[in-house]
Amino acid sequence: MNSWHEFLSMGGYAVYVWPAYGTALVVLLANAIWPGRQQRALLKELRRRSLPSEERPT
Amino acid sequence: MFIWFHKLASPPYFYKFAGILAPWLAWLSLLVIAAGLYGGLWLAPPDYQQGDGFRIIYVHVPSAWMSMFIYMVMAVAAAIGLIWRMKLAHAVSAAAAPLGASFTFIALVTGSLWGKPMWGTYWVWDARLTSELILLFLYVGYMALNHAFEDRRTGDRASAILALVGIVNIPIIHYSVKWWNTLHQGATVFFGPRAEMPPSMYIPLFIMIIGFMVYFAAFILKRLQVEVLQRERNTAWVRALVAKS
Repeated sequence: MNSWHEFLSMGGYAVYVWPAYGTALVVLLANAIWPGRQQRALLKELRRRSLPSEERPT
Repeated sequence: MFIWFHKLASPPYFYKFAGILAPWLAWLSLLVIAAGLYGGLWLAPPDYQQGDGFRIIYVHVPSAWMSMFIYMVMAVAAAIGLIWRMKLAHAVSAAAAPLGASFTFIALVTGSLWGKPMWGTYWVWDARLTSELILLFLYVGYMALNHAFEDRRTGDRASAILALVGIVNIPIIHYSVKWWNTLHQGATVFFGPRAEMPPSMYIPLFIMIIGFMVYFAAFILKRLQVEVLQRERNTAWVRALVAKS
C-alpha cells in the first residue's frame, strides 16, 4: 500500500469503504459537538430565566 | 473508597467531576482511534478473499460491540434508577441512549455497505441484522418515551421499564449467528475455533474498540452534565452555577 492513489482506491472497494468511514466520522463528530452546544444553550436559558423579568434580554 | 463514590453520586460534585474528566478522555479517544485507523487502514494486510473491502471491519465491529455494550449500561442504570430511585442513574440512561442509537446506526450502515460487495445486497432479513435493527428501535423508543412526559421523573421511569424489557434483545443479537444459520458471519474474531485473523489484523481492531470505549466514556460524561442540569435546574447549586457562569 505505497502510493496514495492505491490507498484511496481500497483495492476497488473505495465506494464501500469510504462511505462507511464517512458515516462513522459524521455520527461521531455530531455526538462530540452536540452535548457542548446543548449545555451552553441550557445554561443561557437558565440565566435568562434567573434575571428579573424586566431585565430579560429578548 | 466508598466515601468518594458516595460523594460522586451527589449531582454538583458529579457535574464538576464530569466537566474536568470529559475533555481528557475525548482527546485520548482521538489518539487511540487514530492509532487504530492507522493500523487498520494502512498496516493490516488485505484479506485473501475480500481484499481491502474487509477494512470496514474496523468501524463495523467496534460500533456493533458498542451498540450492545451501551445498551447494557443503559439497562443497568435503569434498574438502579427504578430500584433505588437514584435520579443520577436515570440521567446515565438518558445520556447513554443517543450514543447507543448512534453506534447502532453506524453498525447498520457500515454492515450494509460491507454486505453489498460481499453478499450482493445492502440488506437481508437475517437474524443478526434484524435484531440489531430492533435494537435501534429500542433506543429510539427509549428516547421518545423519556421525553414524552411533562414530569421528567415519569419519563425516566417509563423509559427505564422499556430499557429493562428490551434486554432480551441483547443475547438474541449476540447468539443469533449461532442459533439460526445466518448469512451474517459467525463469531469468528474472538471466539473463533481457529485464529482466523493474524495479529496485524486483530490488534488494530482491539485498539479501535478501546478507542470507541474511551470515546463513549468522554461523551456520556458530557451528556450527563446536560441531563443533570435539566433535572436539577431548580436547585440551589444550579442557580449558583448559572449566576457564576
